[in-house]
Formats: sequence, structure tokens, C-alpha cells
Amino acid sequence: MFRFVSVTLAAVMLVMPLTISAQGKDPLSFNRLMADPETRNAPPPDDGIHDPANPATDMLQSPREAFGPLPDANAGNYVDWVKALQEGLIHPRYDLKDPDMTPTVMDLDIVREVKGSMPDVVFPHKEHTEWLDCANCHPAIFIPQRGANQLSMAAILMGEQCGACHGRVAFPVTQCRACHSRSKTPADDAAKKEEAK
Amino acid sequence: MSVPRWAHPKALQTGLLAALLCAALVMLPGPKAWAEYGDVVINNYSEESGMRPVVFPHWFHRIRFRCKVCHGDLGFEFQAGGNEINMLKIIDGEYCGACHNGNIAWGVENCELCHSAKPGTDTQVHGSTLKSLVTPGDQGQ
Repeated sequence: MFRFVSVTLAAVMLVMPLTISAQGKDPLSFNRLMADPETRNAPPPDDGIHDPANPATDMLQSPREAFGPLPDANAGNYVDWVKALQEGLIHPRYDLKDPDMTPTVMDLDIVREVKGSMPDVVFPHKEHTEWLDCANCHPAIFIPQRGANQLSMAAILMGEQCGACHGRVAFPVTQCRACHSRSKTPADDAAKKEEAK
Repeated sequence: MSVPRWAHPKALQTGLLAALLCAALVMLPGPKAWAEYGDVVINNYSEESGMRPVVFPHWFHRIRFRCKVCHGDLGFEFQAGGNEINMLKIIDGEYCGACHNGNIAWGVENCELCHSAKPGTDTQVHGSTLKSLVTPGDQGQ
């Protein structure tokens, strides 16, 4: 029996340092802090901020259950909310009391030419006015006048301007190309199309 | 030829199995918070009043209401903890109380359905850019 225990211990001591060092040398170890698909949209008792000791936590709906029929996205809630709304998969009310009130949608794209090497930003009023009222953004966050708003990624990262929603509840700022979506020159676009053919 | 007892295949097999189990335990990840992006924790007054902090699930509410309903009509600012909501205002029908009155959504007597965060959780928007930036001071907002 003593021999069995000692052999087991020896084997464990041999294997343990190997596994620990393997964690550090794994070329994918940078990924260790990111949520893997299995842990996404966890039910409240397992999500780390709800208290499992609270008896009511178990009564709350699991996001995984609610998101089942909704279209996927790559970040945030991993739900494409805009698509979900446009395809009629969700029917969020526009008014608290009146279920039939519909938003006044304004279909106007604002192209913002950016100074750096990133593609220009196309801001679609349409997707925003489907969820929001004009007064949510204008004039407190954005002055409704061409050229009147000096935007910067630094401010957005700090939760100002677009960052009032993007990076908090709307798709996060890691989705660069969702906003920076128009190539600098039409010639670039034409060249890309040629390549694709 | 007699084999020593410790070198018996069965003993070796068991030893190896135990070693693998221990190794697996070492490699198990620790506890992490994977709460939903946009979940707002509000702890302005809760804990000092002896209640758990509030978790507001944005995702649950945006399935039912567009942003405009709360952030336009009900007057919620775009800032976690920035509305100075207290139970008196809610009972008077302001903020959460516009719906959480027992008619549209559950009433205020269901304390623990909202006051459900782990004790000690700070006011924050979970998963927000600010929460993940390494900046001093006004984190989490």
C-alpha cells in the first residue's frame, strides 16, 4: 500500500509541472480570458454577478433560452439585435402604453471621412431611429448639424459620443468594421470587385 | 520471476489514473464572470441599506421595449447609477416603477428578483469598454 501511494505521488509530481508549464506555453493561451462558446449567455445562477444564494435568482430567465431563435452576432450578447428587429423576430414596444405606436424611421446615411487609415464611417439613421427617438442623441450627444461634431475614438472608448451606447449595450467598439465600413475611394472598391471576379 | 508489488500492472494503471485526475484538477479554470453584455449592476444605496445590489438585464428589456421607452419617455440617463433611483421613486411610479407595479411587470414586493447581485458588486455596466479599460477612477460607468 505504501508503495502504491509513493508511486502515485511520484507520478503526480512528475505530471503536475508539465501541465502547469504547458498552460503557459500553449500558443492559444492568449485566449484564456475570453468566453468560449459554452460559457456565453450563461443562466443567471452561473453568470458570476447574480448571487446563487439568492432564492429568486433561479426564477430569472436564462439569456440562452431567450436568444435561441435570434440571429447570431460575433460580440456583445452574440445576438444581432438590428436584424432580429428588422426580421420581426422580436416586437419591442415603441410606447409604454400603446402597443401599436410605431417609430418615425429616418433613412439617412451620414458618411464621416476619418483622418486615419481606417475606412470611412457610415452612420445609418435608419437602424438608430428604429430603436431610439431623435431626442435621445440630439442635441445633447450630437449637434444635428453637418461638421459640428468632432468625434474621436478616445472619447468613444471612454463612453462618450457613440460610446454612450456602443461599448455598453449596443454592439461593442471591437466591431471596427461595423462602423468603418466604406473604403476611402470608390476606385478602391472597384479594384476589390475586380479581384473578387 | 516475481514482479515487485508496486510494479504490478494494475497498481501502475491505478497510479497513472490518479495522476491524470490530479493533473486534470490543476488544469481546471477558476470561477469567472460571464454575465450578459449590457447587464447593469446598481449599488448606489442597496448594500448600505442591507439589500443585495440590483442587476438590470438590458437584453431582457430590449426584447420587450425599444431604447426610447425608458431612455426617452421614462427619463433614464445613459449612465449606470446616474439616475439616483430609490424605492420611494419606484413606488411613486417613476423609473422602474412605471412598469414594475404589479400591472405591466412584477411589483415591488418581489424584492429579490431585482436585488439579486452578489454582495459587494460595484455599480457597473457588465462587459462595457470602460470596465475593461485599465483606467483609474470612474471605472464601470
